[in-house]
Amino acid sequence: MINIYEVSETNKMIEKENLDVRTITLGISLLDCIDSDLEQLKSNIYSKIHEAAKDLVKTGEKISREFGIPIVNKRISVTPIALVGGAACKTPEDFTSIAQTLDQVAKEVGVNFIGGYSALVSKGMTSADEMLIRSIPAALSVTERVCSSVNLGSTKTGINMDAVRLMGNMVLQTAELTKENDSLGCAKLVVFCNAPDDNPFMAGAFHGVTEADKIINVGVSGPGVVKTALEKVRGENFEILCETIKKTAFKVTRVGQLVAQEASKMLGVPFGIVDLSLAPTPAVGDSVADILCEIGLEYAGAPGTTAALALLNDQVKKGGVMASSYVGGLSGAFIPVSEDQGMIDAVTAGALTLEKLEAMTCVCSVGLDMIAIPGDTKASTISGIIADEMAIGMVNQKTTAVRIIPVIGKGVGETVEFGGLLGYAPIMPVNPFSCENFVNRGGRIPAPIHSFKN
Amino acid sequence: MKKTIITVVGKDTVGIIAKVCTYLADNGINILDISQTIVSGYFNMMMIVDTGESGKAFGEMADELEETGRQIGVSIKCQKEEIFDQMHRI
Repeated sequence: MINIYEVSETNKMIEKENLDVRTITLGISLLDCIDSDLEQLKSNIYSKIHEAAKDLVKTGEKISREFGIPIVNKRISVTPIALVGGAACKTPEDFTSIAQTLDQVAKEVGVNFIGGYSALVSKGMTSADEMLIRSIPAALSVTERVCSSVNLGSTKTGINMDAVRLMGNMVLQTAELTKENDSLGCAKLVVFCNAPDDNPFMAGAFHGVTEADKIINVGVSGPGVVKTALEKVRGENFEILCETIKKTAFKVTRVGQLVAQEASKMLGVPFGIVDLSLAPTPAVGDSVADILCEIGLEYAGAPGTTAALALLNDQVKKGGVMASSYVGGLSGAFIPVSEDQGMIDAVTAGALTLEKLEAMTCVCSVGLDMIAIPGDTKASTISGIIADEMAIGMVNQKTTAVRIIPVIGKGVGETVEFGGLLGYAPIMPVNPFSCENFVNRGGRIPAPIHSFKN
Repeated sequence: MKKTIITVVGKDTVGIIAKVCTYLADNGINILDISQTIVSGYFNMMMIVDTGESGKAFGEMADELEETGRQIGVSIKCQKEEIFDQMHRI
């Protein structure tokens, strides 16, 4: 039987070390909503989401109450809207009106974000894909809860450089249209290489076309728990360090697995995956950078950071895969800047640069995330940053992403405040040299040689 | 059998166990196991109870025990057993 020490260990993790379930994300397929009449399509989308998700928030709260574990977010992901809206939308404005429908239904069912205002264009763009992409700045400026993502490349297809060039412009336009709110729109826009179909985390969540009609995906977190566990093995060798991370990741993931199963049972929706990511928040003690410091670095960004992060990411996965049979999504350590107090401190101290972050993305689970850059950065430079990150993902057969925020009207040395889970960030300098001729070539970068495995 | 773990933490005082046990008895909740320690003046108790025979909904029981705790100045928390089982048993 369970003993008092085990009970107090679990409760200490929850109460003092910020152990939580970061999100229950209900994936909903909208493929059966497709209609060539725009109004009918929007009405189908509204009804399907409303019907599927009406009990989502209530169920999340009930599970949270019964197990005494906070479930921070309840969210929805839907089929990429470029696929759903293709038959009905004739202009980017038509797509924007679908975004408004999504926003409205998200508010109605009480979820804080709805993801899937997306296009998958890793090899080429259909005219619907292009219209959706061109509608993103407007869509993100007139909605509050809609998140948008675009898959620009993959190991199998190479990188669609036309779309990369277009997205550089769209990121800048989104920043411009939401400049009253410190370009907040860009915090809800992410581009991917090798985007997973079952990611529960925003802003990149969408319900892939390979998925069932409805699915429950759960994202766990707990950087604070790992940090505290590591405090007890200070100065020990790498074997003990790795064992400690693995054991902790196992425990954290088990909680996610339990919550996922319960939610699946209560909602009558099949369980998809547990995403065992270490996702930080701006709260003190909920930081991935602090784990890196505990491993032995003065600041995140110091020499050794990439190795420490590689080790952390790998051990989190090794501990997690035993805890759940269905692990998916992004799974690993997230390294957003504005959402992690330790990262913010590292940038402020001058320890962490954009270039070092790029190196870190080679070994962690996502990419350049929640990074504020000067508002006068050129669109082609943003496309260049995106292309670099996509190349890392393509060659290393992993998911990479860019969520970068050019803050209009602000420059290096200033700070931008997003609020809530999105946090705040010092604006980081960007390499000033041009890549315009490279970005403007047009076409696509071919898939790498190791993609030919047949 | 539906097992729930009740944890009581707070400053030690007369009648904590009595108060909690009375509530449980009144609501048809059977106690399976109790462990208790006092660490530097702080009372720390864990109970494993069976709520299978009780007519109370989980949320209601949790709220009422929380309120009982408030009255005697301790924190009382109810959690279904599975969270501990999942985390500490393979």
